[in-house]
Amino acid sequence: MAANQTLQRRQSHLTRGHLPSYAVWVVLAASVVLGAALATLIGFSVVGWAVITAIVFVITATIVTAVAEGERKAKDRLVTFLVYGAFLIALLPLVSVLWTVLERGVPGLNYNFLFTSMNGVTGAVDNQALENGTPVLGGAYHAVVGTLQITLWATLISVPIGLLTAVYLVEYGAGRGLTKAITFFVDVMTGIPSIVAGLFAAALFSLLFGPGTRTGFVAAVALSVLMIPVVVRSTEEMLKIVPNELREASYALGVRKWRTITKVVIPTAISGIASGVTLSIARVIGETAPILVTAGFASSINMNVFSGWMSTLPTFIYYQILTPTSPTSPDPSTQRAWAAALLLILMVMLLNLVARFVARMFAPKTSR
Amino acid sequence: MTGPAPGQVTAPEIDRLEGKDVSTNSLKASTDRGRAGDKIFSGISLAAGVLILAVLFSVAVFLLVQAAPTFVADPAEVTGGNGFTAYILPIVIGTVVAATIALLIATPVGIAVALFISHYAPRRFSRAFGYVIDLLAAIPSVIYGAWGYIVLAPQLAKVYTWLAENLGWIPFFTGPASQTGKTMLTAGIVLAVMVIPIITSLSREIFLQTPNLHEEAALAMGATRWEMVRMAVLPFARPGIISATMLGLGRALGETMAVALVLSPGALVASLVKSGNQTIAAEIALNFPEAFGLRLNELIAAGLVLFVITLIVNMIARFIITRHQEFSGAN
Repeated sequence: MAANQTLQRRQSHLTRGHLPSYAVWVVLAASVVLGAALATLIGFSVVGWAVITAIVFVITATIVTAVAEGERKAKDRLVTFLVYGAFLIALLPLVSVLWTVLERGVPGLNYNFLFTSMNGVTGAVDNQALENGTPVLGGAYHAVVGTLQITLWATLISVPIGLLTAVYLVEYGAGRGLTKAITFFVDVMTGIPSIVAGLFAAALFSLLFGPGTRTGFVAAVALSVLMIPVVVRSTEEMLKIVPNELREASYALGVRKWRTITKVVIPTAISGIASGVTLSIARVIGETAPILVTAGFASSINMNVFSGWMSTLPTFIYYQILTPTSPTSPDPSTQRAWAAALLLILMVMLLNLVARFVARMFAPKTSR
Repeated sequence: MTGPAPGQVTAPEIDRLEGKDVSTNSLKASTDRGRAGDKIFSGISLAAGVLILAVLFSVAVFLLVQAAPTFVADPAEVTGGNGFTAYILPIVIGTVVAATIALLIATPVGIAVALFISHYAPRRFSRAFGYVIDLLAAIPSVIYGAWGYIVLAPQLAKVYTWLAENLGWIPFFTGPASQTGKTMLTAGIVLAVMVIPIITSLSREIFLQTPNLHEEAALAMGATRWEMVRMAVLPFARPGIISATMLGLGRALGETMAVALVLSPGALVASLVKSGNQTIAAEIALNFPEAFGLRLNELIAAGLVLFVITLIVNMIARFIITRHQEFSGAN
């Protein structure tokens, strides 16, 4: 009985001219086999196999659909394949980057790497470590210190300015020409190339304190140029979704506007603001170009952001790769660079996770 | 409004005379303080807003001041010996070429990925897929540069050799190909990877805003999914796609580290598989740390040129977005 029904449904005029659902899988299996055969002909490699299989599959499946179901369905199916394929292509570099960083970074990421600087580590030391098979000396402690210090100062500069500007835009300046101008230029600022922000800070400080002034603080100023627009935008979005009823209830109790903002509006939006700030920190912590032109490069620990050159993790990676400590055997430098890259990715991912956590856990209690 | 009669002592004054805390039990004093607080708070938030405008303005001014010596210098003293224009032109072209390669790859892929997340992926996973693409944006640029330098370039070197041998008659693929793979094409590909998440996340937002009624109307007429996307989603999202591409272009033009690490720079050449060419941002990053004197001014002038180019691109993109918002049919 049941079999009979299925049989009838298959022959119904509604499903006539449709490929059965397993047809695509049959074509895929055939393409895999054909792909393997073709790939063997021109010299077998997994990548070649995958590429040939994909091309054969997309073409065959489209032709089969065109013959059985018509041109429109075939076009629809082709686009579906292309869209799925685009997503897979976009995943490739992500997987490759994460895999590379993990594979090459894990061996170098040890206690010694985290808590020593590059002070006194020369090419000779690296060569000796390679010859004797002893662990690679030298680490990124100075760069971690520099990263944390510079990012902290950038945050201290950007958050008050960004927060207050957003308050002005949402609470005071609604509808004014100045608001439109600020919004527009904040958006434009988001697109400033990071190296130009670095040049600006370098130019500013060399005019004020003489040419060639490079300290951690100059780098912090450069980073805040990049950070402020992000803070403004995210805070603005968060303040906008605070319901007007809350403000009006507060005014009705006779509370002043500034007290309403500091005691009602900002506390309601604080989770979104905090997560926006965290994301902006995650964005600037990986910046390299502005640090290169503002903070110089150091191989020893410098705790003072107001004097002397500083290193950060990104510039550490850059210099270890581009100018290995020992030019004849770059392996120890490469190992340090990947360990630093792993550390940097971990920091950025952690900040992103914290931002999502904060946004979810302390979400504004606006639902009734 | 009637004030206290002359000579009469008001309640707050008695409190003050008796040394009590005035603010807690005096309405008038508290309103005075509140008014001052209001003024101060609105004042400092206004100041913060104005400060941002001042910063952007001073970026332009300081760059201009520091760049000025280059424009008046003796042409023979500028790097290359033929004046600033001759120095900057090849690297401007290099910058545009790198950004163009990046966009040619990233625009179709980015839009397709956005479509995948908004209209094609199973509903249950589309959010997770969105996070995955955002991860691409979170990876610092220097790590992409290192990846391009160590992993991607050696792989592509083989492809370049093949291209130069078989398609060498096309000017872009003239041999001999670089053996290290550190060429303009590699830089463009790495830039494309960094631009894809920008184009994807902006287009995705717009695709999701497509009025449901339009989509359902198209499907009800018997349209296939692709026809629905072509008739309802893409026309609605066109301004958004254009501005997303422009913002991606801004990013690709200004991106420094990927190019500085991946490209082995040289004079301007038409071939994309030979080493050579240079972009403004990478030129600055590679030379600024050791520069002094006029060279410093020169690099800042190059930065100014980059600033102006990206400013124009971004302003056009923002202009399209704001105009679209005003006439958006979604609201």
